[in-house]
Amino acid sequence: MNIKDLDREEYILSGNSSCPGCPASLGFRLIGKAVGKNAIIVIPASCMTIIQGAYPNTALILPTLNIAFAASAAAASGISAALEIRGKNYPVIVYAGDGGTADIGLQALSGAAERNENITYICYDNEAYQNTGIQRSSATPYGAWTTTTLKGKQERKKDVPKIMASHNIPYVATASVAYPTDFIEKVKKAIKIKGFKYIHLHAPCPTGWRFPSEKTIEVGRLAVQTGVWILYEIENGILKLTGPSKNLLEKSARKPVREYLRAQGRFQYLSDEIVKNFCDDIEEKWNEIGMILNLQNHLSTT
Amino acid sequence: MIRVLTGNHSVAYAALLSNVEVISAYPITPQTQIVEKLAEFVETGQLKAKYVRVESEHSAMAVCIGASSAGARTFTATSSHGLLYMSEMVYWASAARLPIVMPVVCRTLGPPWNIWNEHTDFLLVRDYGWVQFFAESNQELLDTVVQAYRIAEDERVLLPVMVGLDAFTLSHISEPVDVPEMDLVKKFLPPRSNIPYVLDPSKPFTFGNLAYPSHHMALKFMHHTSMENVIKVVSEVDNEWNKIFGRSYGILDKFMFDDARVVILTIGSSAGDAKEAAKYLRKRGVDAGVLRLRLTNPFPAKEISNILSNVEAVAVVDRNLSPGNGGIILEKVRSSLYSSKNRPFIKGYLAGLGGKDITVKDYVKIFEKTLESYKKGDSGTEWFNLNLEVTNL
Repeated sequence: MNIKDLDREEYILSGNSSCPGCPASLGFRLIGKAVGKNAIIVIPASCMTIIQGAYPNTALILPTLNIAFAASAAAASGISAALEIRGKNYPVIVYAGDGGTADIGLQALSGAAERNENITYICYDNEAYQNTGIQRSSATPYGAWTTTTLKGKQERKKDVPKIMASHNIPYVATASVAYPTDFIEKVKKAIKIKGFKYIHLHAPCPTGWRFPSEKTIEVGRLAVQTGVWILYEIENGILKLTGPSKNLLEKSARKPVREYLRAQGRFQYLSDEIVKNFCDDIEEKWNEIGMILNLQNHLSTT
Repeated sequence: MIRVLTGNHSVAYAALLSNVEVISAYPITPQTQIVEKLAEFVETGQLKAKYVRVESEHSAMAVCIGASSAGARTFTATSSHGLLYMSEMVYWASAARLPIVMPVVCRTLGPPWNIWNEHTDFLLVRDYGWVQFFAESNQELLDTVVQAYRIAEDERVLLPVMVGLDAFTLSHISEPVDVPEMDLVKKFLPPRSNIPYVLDPSKPFTFGNLAYPSHHMALKFMHHTSMENVIKVVSEVDNEWNKIFGRSYGILDKFMFDDARVVILTIGSSAGDAKEAAKYLRKRGVDAGVLRLRLTNPFPAKEISNILSNVEAVAVVDRNLSPGNGGIILEKVRSSLYSSKNRPFIKGYLAGLGGKDITVKDYVKIFEKTLESYKKGDSGTEWFNLNLEVTNL
């Protein structure tokens, strides 16, 4: 897919109330281009609540249900049930932040995934409660400054895509706003699959991560190129690296992690020890993926 | 067709007759038979509905909100802790003006754990903007749940409806129930229309996004005025039900009331025992009567104030507690009568908490105590049959 072949229609209006350089509104824009106008959107409390703008106006062209923080996967299940009983077939897409996904919404998310509801759940992960003013979430990375982790977060980032993969749903993927065609292809694939689909979208937030607002894509690319954020998909249980991550299995192919950390104010004051721990975690994740790929290869050849 | 049904099964038959399209529920004692029976209806093909078996009550109501927003007729049922756990979404459902119907099997809240009957759960959500009924019998329960959809979906209302029933004393007690013919119910209750808006890509709307204070206040006013339409709509729907099915319940259920001097005012199946006590006392020359509230929210303040003006003494029996304040219904009855010229003497009773029985004999005692207190002018609330010795270890 080429970026110039994308749908020219916009499904989120310009002049909306997102911050400059916002990855959430960009992510939504890309979803619109992937699904077109025949989709129903569910949004829990999050930055997207604000980005839509205030009644009686809206920045969203797609029909949208706003719902309470913990409830998006369940509300989407209800819409999906209503559509099915009424013989209609539109993609139902949840667009939720990491707080609404990894923390307060995890129970409803797990329930909907276990029921294999016919919905596509997309988490835009800006790695903290950015809308309420940069408080840490369970998706905030180790070491990161937030307004509730002044000395840097002591705990590791919760691996939600891995949790979702454990539900044995037909499709799990990671993506990044910095790689739009990779993301759009995944959304297009997801909405064609019946059952529960989960896409975890890395969304570098200039406001919360403390980098200049014109650098969103640059920081997003660094996350992937340094191997901190890995692009992959798991289709019917089979893991595949996608996009630039395909060529990063070897550590030597990756840029140094420090380049990614240095680009952001939230990682400004990390000690060498914390940086080492951070890098070790990334290595561990890659090793795990390498082992899964080897096992898959082994199984397919025998 | 006459069937012998428990309260819970009466509710399930009502959902079947209402042709609900999406059901979502989480099991909780003593509501479980409702969700089991509905699962049976759906799995045997008697009811063409999607049944979403969720992981919590919060999600049950969220599923109903999603489905109802997409135009489906939706149903859930819960009880006690389930109602409190889903309470965020309970408020959301009414503020979103969705015609969801939810029976609540009223059960004591813990701790300590207790599965028996109390009405505190149901009354705690009184201010959540739902229409609330409370049933006395299984027949009334079935009829009310079906009527509830007509009321909820009426353009003058467009609000969710809750139907309360007593844990075990109604939910698990079998009574003969006339289950109406499906064809007749279909005439009474046509499929839900898409008024005013549903989620639809051909006509996209954003539901529930941010609203500024003046919009918010205007929306709250509209919610409030729709609530004020409820009493009229309930009466119309009940009259129509009476014409087709020959049964009517009204807003208030009056028993031996018109010439009564002393009246017990209460809600739920226990009113049956109060009625027996009134009959007993009538034979002994006491002009006793019973007033049962069928519609509890919006509170029929004007109606109550009108009909209680000729009564001398009223005993309000609350099977609920607002600690530090007392009975929730007593408070409402008192405030309803404040501007009335002929206010009766009112005495409150906190009774039957945690499922403690209130027998016919107890109601006789309550009538007698009320008359005594009336003579003495003692209008304080009494903790009826309270036994503090049980706490001595």
